[in-house]
Amino acid sequence: MGKVVLMQGNEACVEGALAAGMRLYAGYPITPSTEIAELSALRLPQVGGKFIQMEDEIASIACAIGASVAGVKSMTATSGPGFSLKQENLGYAVLAEIPLVVVDVQRMGPSTGMPTSPSQGDMMMARWGTHGDHPVIAICPSSVKEVYDLTVRAFNLSEKYRTPVLLMMDEIIGHLREGMELPEPGSLKIVDRPTVNHPDSKRLPYRMKPGQLVPAMAPFGKGQRYNITGLIHDESGFPTNSTDEAEAMMSRLMHKISDNYDDIKDVVTENLEDADIAIFCYGGTYRAAKTAMEVAREKGYKVGIFRPRTVWPFPEEELREASKKLKRIIVAEHNYGQMLLEVQRVAGRDCEIGFVGKWNGGVNKPIRILERIEEG
Amino acid sequence: MVNTADVRPKTKQMSNLVYKYMRPEHLPHIWCPGCGNGIIMRDVAQAIENLGLSRNNTIIVSGIGCSSRAAGYLDFNTIHTTHGRAIAFATGIKLANPTLEVIVIAGDGDISAIGGNHLIHAARRNIGITVVVMNNNIYGMTGGQYSPTTPKGAFGTTAPYGNIDRSFDIAGLAYGAGASFAARGSAYHVQQTINIIQEGIRHKGFSLIDVASVCPTYYGRKNKKGSAVDMLTWQKENMIPVEKAEKMTRQELKGKLVLGIINQTQYKEFTFAYEEMIRRLFEEREKDE
Amino acid sequence: MSRQELRLAGSGGQGVILATVILAEAAIISGKHTAQSQSYGPEARGGSCKAETLISDEPIGFTKVQNPTFLMALTQKSLDDYGPKVDENCLVLIDSALEVPEDMPAAKVIKLPILETARTEVGRLQTANIVAVGCINGFLNITDAASMEKAVMMHIPKGTEKLNMKALELGKGLAEKWLEENGK
Repeated sequence: MGKVVLMQGNEACVEGALAAGMRLYAGYPITPSTEIAELSALRLPQVGGKFIQMEDEIASIACAIGASVAGVKSMTATSGPGFSLKQENLGYAVLAEIPLVVVDVQRMGPSTGMPTSPSQGDMMMARWGTHGDHPVIAICPSSVKEVYDLTVRAFNLSEKYRTPVLLMMDEIIGHLREGMELPEPGSLKIVDRPTVNHPDSKRLPYRMKPGQLVPAMAPFGKGQRYNITGLIHDESGFPTNSTDEAEAMMSRLMHKISDNYDDIKDVVTENLEDADIAIFCYGGTYRAAKTAMEVAREKGYKVGIFRPRTVWPFPEEELREASKKLKRIIVAEHNYGQMLLEVQRVAGRDCEIGFVGKWNGGVNKPIRILERIEEG
Repeated sequence: MVNTADVRPKTKQMSNLVYKYMRPEHLPHIWCPGCGNGIIMRDVAQAIENLGLSRNNTIIVSGIGCSSRAAGYLDFNTIHTTHGRAIAFATGIKLANPTLEVIVIAGDGDISAIGGNHLIHAARRNIGITVVVMNNNIYGMTGGQYSPTTPKGAFGTTAPYGNIDRSFDIAGLAYGAGASFAARGSAYHVQQTINIIQEGIRHKGFSLIDVASVCPTYYGRKNKKGSAVDMLTWQKENMIPVEKAEKMTRQELKGKLVLGIINQTQYKEFTFAYEEMIRRLFEEREKDE
Repeated sequence: MSRQELRLAGSGGQGVILATVILAEAAIISGKHTAQSQSYGPEARGGSCKAETLISDEPIGFTKVQNPTFLMALTQKSLDDYGPKVDENCLVLIDSALEVPEDMPAAKVIKLPILETARTEVGRLQTANIVAVGCINGFLNITDAASMEKAVMMHIPKGTEKLNMKALELGKGLAEKWLEENGK
């Protein structure tokens, strides 16, 4: 067993990122994510990496994309208002297929909202915030240990599928300190993007070889010379106006995520075997749900938990399967009902859907979830 | 779809510069007849040739707008980014790998309106990238709206009664923000501009070259500036070399543009300073151990 | 006791957040589960400030205090704010200078000169939070004395070790003296 240390969620994000190979962080101060920038500034130069405080949120994600293009694993972190500002370049990274991790330690909005209050109000922005159709991978940790592990996973998925991955944290977990078991050195599985390191101007930079998940990526300055653009492009990396080529490209982008659903999905369930009620929750809300479940079980209610850690793509298959055996699903989240819509869409025909939301800056307490369970 | 490697015919019409530094299969360019951008792109290629830079080690970063198309035509590692953000992307590339030669090609709206914040902060930070502005005083790609460099009183499709904004002097703006190299060239003054771009690339620190382009299609037509030749002739007659301008009064310089290196100072370059800090940390750690 | 819910309140700058972090660290050292959190924002810039540590033998679900088993208040305002929210089983530790509000339940209230000890005996008011940590461990037995010293050392600035160890010792002494005089 590794050593158990006291760590804050935001700190675990940085340590996980470093373990995953992050060597550049670009950010802008914003509560409640600032500790991620502060610790990155301290830790990165110690391992030969770079930290830069950019002039704004837009520049931060642009800088992180630039670093990734030059072959360096990079990350940017922010909170609600900053996440809004990053949306355009998030779409750029999706389309140009640039690996990148973007962290949003959610806080209550809209607008400046309540800067230090917990929220999960950016879940739909994570899915649809940038314009245009696009696939998204978004991950939600529920403990400090999970922040560490899932930050590593976010980098790995991002490298493997050449796409930005969103780590959707919340203030509850970002600012929580708890014990965390450090992984044994060498025990982590680290994925690096497939690269091309020799100049070969004949190669089409966006053409896949058989068996590849994504085209290999040439780091600027080390491999072939090619063009990257945010315009719809063909396999040569240059803009195209051909509807056929546009469709081929869009379809490949969509399929690289949907075809690999089984690899990307990540659902944790508890006590679903005999349950007729499930609490659907994610991120910080899980902690209240777990306590509510334990108390309800003591009172004789057959309650379980359905908790996606990968929230996008939405775990449709798993939830649909689970819903067939359930009478009721109670969705608990810190918003006015966002993932609720997905649960209704997927499970609404098979069971009754209840909701315990929170949108006043307070914490969703176990007692509220318990009351909903007892309402029957 | 075109395989970039197959076609590289060296025809009589094609200059050596085009053959060596551009992607002929993506030419001819989309710029209008008479546009100054092609001249400026060629100036950049010539400066790179004169300096003997490695094509594999040189990065061209562009934003959005007419200017941004240069990234697609030049045969280096090229990245066509989002509107206004070229400098921020370039900062990431340079910081990740300071051995790369990073050149940003941007437009006036791109760099001084939507991207203004990145411009002043890159200048302040003194990160070692070179920014070449194709300054045509108008938003060309979207059809002739006034830009931050459209002169007061001039017309654009969004300034139908004449522009009431004052205009930016982009070279002066960069200088004011702390750029260690700020200069101006023009589409007309080819040789001088090549030299200035060369100096800008050689300069260790942030360099900005504001190059006066011409847009006969929108700016010229809206403002009755005549043909492309007339607009280039204006540059010939109204641009004053910096050495000469220093001896002229404000009154005499009214309506003129200063040509040349407006300011060059040596400050520590950002990525150099950062790597120095990393070395210091490693040395201190060694000492402790 | 399998689960303790500690709430520490004071004014910004008194170091109550650090005190809860040290208590959480002590819990980790002694192999227990813990969750520490605080209220942030303008409160951390001089207003009233609240921080919490949960300590349990079992993994912790909900990470916030629901029903405090222990409350410490260092200012009258924080006592007025959080005092009335405790039940009669809660142990309440307050600075000697404070008045117990009338609407507070009949909880066990202990008054100790925490601020005065830091100011005069340690010689530095800023060490009040470490005096408090010493007191709290004296009453709650979160961990042994050596582990608590270790936890404090992990979270204080270089050069202040001697001062803070003295503060911790004095805090421990205050609790021991009270327990001797009043019984357990």
